[in-house]
Amino acid sequence: MQDRLLIEASDLAAGYDGTPAISGITFSLRSGQRLALLGSNGGGKTTLLRAVLGELRVFGGTLRVSAACGTVPQTERSRLDYPVSALDVATMGALAALPWWRRPGRREREAAGRALERVGLGSLAGETFGRLSGGQRQRVLIARALVRDAGVLLLDEPFSGLDRPSGERLEALIGELTSEGRGVVIATHDLEQARACDLVLCIAGRQIACGPPDEVLADVGVLEATYGGAIVELPGGGGRAILPPHHHHH
Amino acid sequence: MLEPLQEPFMQRALAEVVLIGVAGGALGCWVVFYGLSYAAESLAHSLFPGLVLAAIAGAPLLLGATPAVVVAALAIALGARVVGVSREAAVAVVVTTMFGLGVLLALSPQSPPGVEALLFGDPFGVTDADLAAAAALAALVLLSLGLLHGRLLVVGFDRGAARALGVSPALADAALLVLLAAATVVAVQGLGNLLVVAVFVGPAAAARQLADRMLPTMLIATLVAVLAGVAGLYLSYSAGTAGGASVALAIVAVYLLSLPLGRWFAAHRSATPSAEATIA
Repeated sequence: MQDRLLIEASDLAAGYDGTPAISGITFSLRSGQRLALLGSNGGGKTTLLRAVLGELRVFGGTLRVSAACGTVPQTERSRLDYPVSALDVATMGALAALPWWRRPGRREREAAGRALERVGLGSLAGETFGRLSGGQRQRVLIARALVRDAGVLLLDEPFSGLDRPSGERLEALIGELTSEGRGVVIATHDLEQARACDLVLCIAGRQIACGPPDEVLADVGVLEATYGGAIVELPGGGGRAILPPHHHHH
Repeated sequence: MLEPLQEPFMQRALAEVVLIGVAGGALGCWVVFYGLSYAAESLAHSLFPGLVLAAIAGAPLLLGATPAVVVAALAIALGARVVGVSREAAVAVVVTTMFGLGVLLALSPQSPPGVEALLFGDPFGVTDADLAAAAALAALVLLSLGLLHGRLLVVGFDRGAARALGVSPALADAALLVLLAAATVVAVQGLGNLLVVAVFVGPAAAARQLADRMLPTMLIATLVAVLAGVAGLYLSYSAGTAGGASVALAIVAVYLLSLPLGRWFAAHRSATPSAEATIA
């Protein structure tokens, strides 16, 4: 299971309606690895995730994805007023293994129940999805990916809006998933999150850098190019912060 | 209460509104959750010329409606491909063109009397053959909804993740539009071209207030559609009001009644949250 190539992108260009939104993307993700996708809003993080999911046309280069993908989109994309329970959502992961005329039955719902237990939500299986907290919703979507038996998990800014305990819980769960040999891609703004990953891919429409975090994040030029702003050291060893471009001359 | 049921035309009308309610109520939930209410209305209007042609030829309405829906769907698909034309604009252009064509035909000298029934519906005028066709189409709609339930649920919930979960959003959309066309053909006889959208949108919008799972929502919508249909028929029979319009207005009345009920239901739900949901 370890060291299996899960995603391989080479000079990838992809986008919407004939116009590439990202280009020149080259990276590979192996089993057990965690990759941080860093970039500003509109920089192409979600576009890259959607290309990996097969939702977008690839305009150039190559993209090979050799495992089933599970996706945890940003919360607003999953409709909160939709009439489904946590168990219904987790059960959706079983559809890919069923022929089109078959509905998920007891076996599939039991598997979904086990996946919810696994992410610590067994007692909330019957709760309406939209009534769960942000962290719980993320974990339900991870359970859906587990039912799908996804080898790759794509998480789009999973930590934004989570309180500290929920974030730590999600962090521990991601650690478990990678230790089982799954690959995890985390789109994030958070440099600390990125530091905890095996690889960091910085994009701003095109690829800025890709490599281990201590190499990529040490290069101030890379971060400036990624975020289009200035990087400042926070006082007292608090790490680095990014100033938007209009603060540049202060 | 049961007296009107002695009349064969009333029995057929009741059977018609039950079939309309069953097909329209259940399917309407998907129409509402997929944001297809405008498409549902457009589809109904665009089959008008087909209905008029069928009436002129003395053929079953189904034979006229089906090709008209196909022509409209193709025209919308082609129109939306023109650069600078949004899908919504393409729908509006095609629908007004088709409807205008239907009105031209309806006002021509060849047009038989009673064409207004096509616009406003006449549940009391259905024949046994109409009922048989409506029953077959309603069965097709229900069977398809049963088979496709899981897949429709995935696409409606999370379109972006659907492909990764083995479901094609384009196929789910296409299946839903075909079923919508079939259900429209069922319902147009009773409710008419201008009012048919009521049965897709009203019961589902009411049920949405009252349930928080898909199957109960569909069951309530079906029940609302059938009961409102029967109530509308009785109103029409006893007060002498137009049949299709009475049914449509009864549906709207049930929707309005559901609003305070829905608020009560929502307040009741939020007053009893599960313990963990409020903590984590």
